[in-house]
Amino acid sequence: MDTDYAIIGGGVVGLSVAWGLLRRGRTVTVLDGDDGSFRASRGNFGLVWVQSKGMKQPRYAQWSQRSAAMWADFANELGDNTGTAVPLEQKGGYDLHFSEETLQATVAQYEALKAKLDGDYPFEVLGHNALRKEEPHIGPKVVGAILHHQDGHANPLNLLMALAADVRRMGGRVLTGKTVTDVSKPDAFRIDCADGTTLDADRVVLSAGLGAMQLGPKLGFKAPIRPQRGQVLITEKLPKLINRPSLIARQVDEGGIQIGATNEEVGFDDRVTQPGLSGLAAEAIAAYPALAKAQLVRSWGALRVLSPDGLPIYQESTEMPGAFLVTCHSGITLAAVHARVLPDWLEGTDAAPDLEVFSEARFAVS
Amino acid sequence: MKPVSPFLELDDTPRAEVTFDGAPLRLPEGANLAAALLAAGIDVFRNTPVSGAPRGPFCMMGACFDCLVEIDGVVRQACMIEVSPGLQIHRPHAQEADDVQA
Repeated sequence: MDTDYAIIGGGVVGLSVAWGLLRRGRTVTVLDGDDGSFRASRGNFGLVWVQSKGMKQPRYAQWSQRSAAMWADFANELGDNTGTAVPLEQKGGYDLHFSEETLQATVAQYEALKAKLDGDYPFEVLGHNALRKEEPHIGPKVVGAILHHQDGHANPLNLLMALAADVRRMGGRVLTGKTVTDVSKPDAFRIDCADGTTLDADRVVLSAGLGAMQLGPKLGFKAPIRPQRGQVLITEKLPKLINRPSLIARQVDEGGIQIGATNEEVGFDDRVTQPGLSGLAAEAIAAYPALAKAQLVRSWGALRVLSPDGLPIYQESTEMPGAFLVTCHSGITLAAVHARVLPDWLEGTDAAPDLEVFSEARFAVS
Repeated sequence: MKPVSPFLELDDTPRAEVTFDGAPLRLPEGANLAAALLAAGIDVFRNTPVSGAPRGPFCMMGACFDCLVEIDGVVRQACMIEVSPGLQIHRPHAQEADDVQA
């Protein structure tokens, strides 16, 4: 046997799981794609985010909260192990609103969720003046915001670098430029790659992002996921302008302001568009008028990995026991639980979390 | 006397009067501004807004955004600008950085 676990997909999700398994003494081989692969791990917005998650499924809200609570300790450990610091700030985040109606409607939804979570959902509503005290650069069109105290943001590229380095440091094999073409289970798992590489493994984790759309069915998964494009902009590095992140803009640890993000159903097209970028810029300037003078340095598009209800999928294959599908939209937020909790589920220990609500059973056959 | 610079410049070009942080400079008209400032002995164009680390031109082709200067209140890449008479060039965000420290 080549390895205890073969991890198909070496993004943040796959590397987080690999990291946790290595910590438990398992041997792990990560098969990662090439420069042509879609890379949500390199194009994302970097939020470690709780609010608005799981409005219809409190278990998802709790799963996100659990990860957010573990994130700082996880980031520190990665930083200590690798010398690559993973900047993280968790002093709350905003949902900004341009109309009183949408603000009140969202607050009502949050109140309902808070009740289902036994009150563990610490948010407050800031009117324009209260928000302006927190964010002196906020614009007059912003009527208010929901400040959720469990939200924050990280440097997702440093997370990816540190994870990749620490996985290798612990003895994990990371093979790059591999396109997995088939997985079979004559006895143990046999994985075939396009370049002729084969790998035998006791168990397989499919964490290939959108790659699971093709590979999932070969392993007995429904894998009903789809791409959704998000375009983002980043400015020159600026003096402190934004204190807390929102879905509209965040000022990263290096000073640049990342402006996001579109939600577009355009298939496997990760390009930017002029209308997409203009719309983002206009919204960001409405929120923070000082951004009108900021110079843009870069823009890019990346593809989200979305299930029909937006929740993660954690599923062991019934056709091929020992094969697991791990896929989600929020790989940054969930990195800490994927590294520190999910391995208990993969290994079937007593500490395994109950992830039944995230199984594929929720997707009825139509 | 010319300041010491490791960069050479051609001497037969008409000069344009500009200022850098208030100091007068005579730069070759039509030259690449980043190159002309380097040749004039200026190797620190700005300090970063977060750590204050010094920065100057790196790629000279519009990609790295390290050669930023402020002209007419707008932060721009010096390597993408030609020298023209009357340019008033400032270190970007110097005023805001002072505000933050104050």
